[in-house]
Amino acid sequence: MVYRWMTAFRTPKKLNRSFTVSFMLFAFLAVFGAFMALPLIYAVNNAFKPLDELFIFPPRFFVVNPTLENFYDLFALMGNSWVPLSRYIANTLLITIIGTAGHILLASAAAYPLAKYRFYGSTALFSIVVLSLMFSPHVTAIPNYMVMSWLGWINTHASIIIPSLAFPLGLFLMKQFMEQIPDALLEAAKIDGANEYRIYWSIVMPNVKPAWLTLMILQFPMLWGSDGGSFIYSENLKTLHYALGQITLGGIARAGVGAAVALILMIVPITLFIISQSSVMQTMATSGMKD
Amino acid sequence: MQTETNVTTAKDAIRPARQSRLARIGKELNRSKHYYLLMSPYMIIFFLFTVIPVVLSLGLSFFYFNMLEFPRFVGWQNYSRLFLNDDIFMIALKNTLMFAVITGPISYFACFVFAWIINELSPKVRAFMTLIFYAPSISGNVFFIWLIVFSGDSYGYLNGFLMKSGFILEPIQWLLDEKYILPIVMIVQLWLSLGTSFLAFIAGLQTIDKTLIEAGAVDGIKNRWQELWYITLPSMRPQLMFGAVMQITASFAVADISIALAGFPSVNYAAHTVVTHLMDFGTIRFEMGYASAIATVLFFLMIGSNKLTQKLLRKVGE
Repeated sequence: MVYRWMTAFRTPKKLNRSFTVSFMLFAFLAVFGAFMALPLIYAVNNAFKPLDELFIFPPRFFVVNPTLENFYDLFALMGNSWVPLSRYIANTLLITIIGTAGHILLASAAAYPLAKYRFYGSTALFSIVVLSLMFSPHVTAIPNYMVMSWLGWINTHASIIIPSLAFPLGLFLMKQFMEQIPDALLEAAKIDGANEYRIYWSIVMPNVKPAWLTLMILQFPMLWGSDGGSFIYSENLKTLHYALGQITLGGIARAGVGAAVALILMIVPITLFIISQSSVMQTMATSGMKD
Repeated sequence: MQTETNVTTAKDAIRPARQSRLARIGKELNRSKHYYLLMSPYMIIFFLFTVIPVVLSLGLSFFYFNMLEFPRFVGWQNYSRLFLNDDIFMIALKNTLMFAVITGPISYFACFVFAWIINELSPKVRAFMTLIFYAPSISGNVFFIWLIVFSGDSYGYLNGFLMKSGFILEPIQWLLDEKYILPIVMIVQLWLSLGTSFLAFIAGLQTIDKTLIEAGAVDGIKNRWQELWYITLPSMRPQLMFGAVMQITASFAVADISIALAGFPSVNYAAHTVVTHLMDFGTIRFEMGYASAIATVLFFLMIGSNKLTQKLLRKVGE
C-alpha cells in the first residue's frame, strides 16, 4: 500500500530522487495530512455518535454505533423552537446564493473592461482594488456600520449581501483570468456588430467559466459561514451559523445536535470544492500579481 | 478595437482647429462610456463599502465620536492615548505582531512547501491531497472542533491522551492558562491558513514551462535546490507575490479564532489582538473615534508589511 502511494511521486527526467528522500517526503506529507484531516474526520464522526459515545472516557475518535439520532434531534429541537430551523437554512441559502451569483456577475462585468482595455482611470481603479487586498475588512468595520445605518440597511439581509458583491479578490482573479482571452476573439465579435455588453455576455462570460467557479468557491464559504455579524439582530433573519452558536451554547446536552449542525455547515463548501477543483486550479494559475 | 482607432485618427486629421484638452478628455470618456457603465455596479459598491470607509476611518481617528453626540475634533489625542496610555493596546499590538512574524511566514512557507511536494504527485493523488490540505480553510467555522481537543476537562482529547499515557495527572486548562492560549490560537490559525495562496502555488507550479527545467539541466543545474531557486521560484514570482499578500493580511487579521477559542476578552488579554481591541472599542464601548485610530494603525501596519514583503520577494532568484 505504502509502496503504491510512493510510486505516485513522479520521477522527473533529469534529477532523480533516492528512495530515502521519497520516503521522507511521503512521511512528511502523511503526518501533516493527518494533522489537517483529522479534525474534519472527527467532526464527521461526531455527528453520527450516540450521546453515550460522545461522552465516553477516555474519548474515542471513531464512531462505533453510527446513528442518525442527532439529526432527528436537531429537527425536533428546532421545529419546536420559536424560529424553525428551516428558516435559518432558508436565510443562509438566500444570502449565499444571491451573494455568490451577484458577486460573479458584478465582478466579471467590472473585470472585463479592466482586463482588455486602457481608458481614463483603468489603471488607478485596478491599483485601488489590489491595494484593498492588502488589508482586511476589519479596518472598515466601523465606518461600514455608519454607512449601513445611513442607508437604512441595518437588520436586513442586504447588509450582508451587498458589500459581499464587491469583494476585491474576486475582481482581481477574474481580471487576471480574462487577460488570457485572445483579443482576436473580441475583435471578430466587434466586426460582426456586437456591442460591448453583447461581447461581455456572449463572448467573455462563456470563456471564463473556470473563473466563475473559483469566485464561487471563495465567496460561498464566506457567506455560508456568515453569522450575520453586528448587522442583523432579528431572530427570523439570522443564519444557520448563528443557530449553531446558539445550539452549542446549550452545553453538554446539545453536543450531539451541535455536531450535526457543524457537519451540515462543513459538508456543503467541501462538496462544492470537490466538484469545481479542476476549474479552480485553472483560474489560480493566472492569479499572479505583477510588481 | 483596431477599426475604431482608425476612425478617430481620420476625424482628427480632417478637423482644422486644435482641440482643447478638456474636449479631448471628454471625447475619450465618451468613447469608453460603455466600460464605465459595465464597471459601475461593482465600483459603486466597492467605493461605498471599502474605499469611503477607509477614508472615513482615517478622518474619524482625529475626532471624539460616540455615535450620539456630534463628533468633536481632538487632533492627535486618540493616537497619543493609544500609544502612551493604553497598556492593553500594547498587549494587542504585541500579539498581533507575534502572529504576523510567526504564523505569517510559517503559513506562507507551508503553503509553498506543501504545494511543491503535492505538485510532484500523480494527478489523481494530487487532487486528493489538495482537497485534504485546502478543506479546513473552507469548512466554515468548524475550528470549534479544536475546542474539544483543547477542552480543559478530562474529556478534552489532549488532556485525555496525556492523562492516559501518564504525562500529566490533572487536566490542564489549556484555554484559560496564559502560557498556552497564544500558541494554541497560532496552531489553529495555521491549520486554517492553507487557503487561496496554497491553491495559487499549486496552480503556479503546474504552469512552469517544462523546457525551462530541461534547459536548466543542460546549463548545469545540479540539484533540486538549485532548480528551485533559479527556475521554479522566479517562474512563479507573480503567484508568490499574490500568496504573500493573502497570508500577511490574514495573519494581521486574527480575531474570530481568538474569540472562538479563548473568549472575548481572553484571560488577561493573552490572545487579544489589534482586531479584537478594535471590536472592543467599536462595538462595545462605542468610542468610534478611538476605534478608528486603531483601525488606521492596523491599516498602515498591513499595507506597510505587504509593501515591504513585495520588495523582498523581488530579490528571489537573483
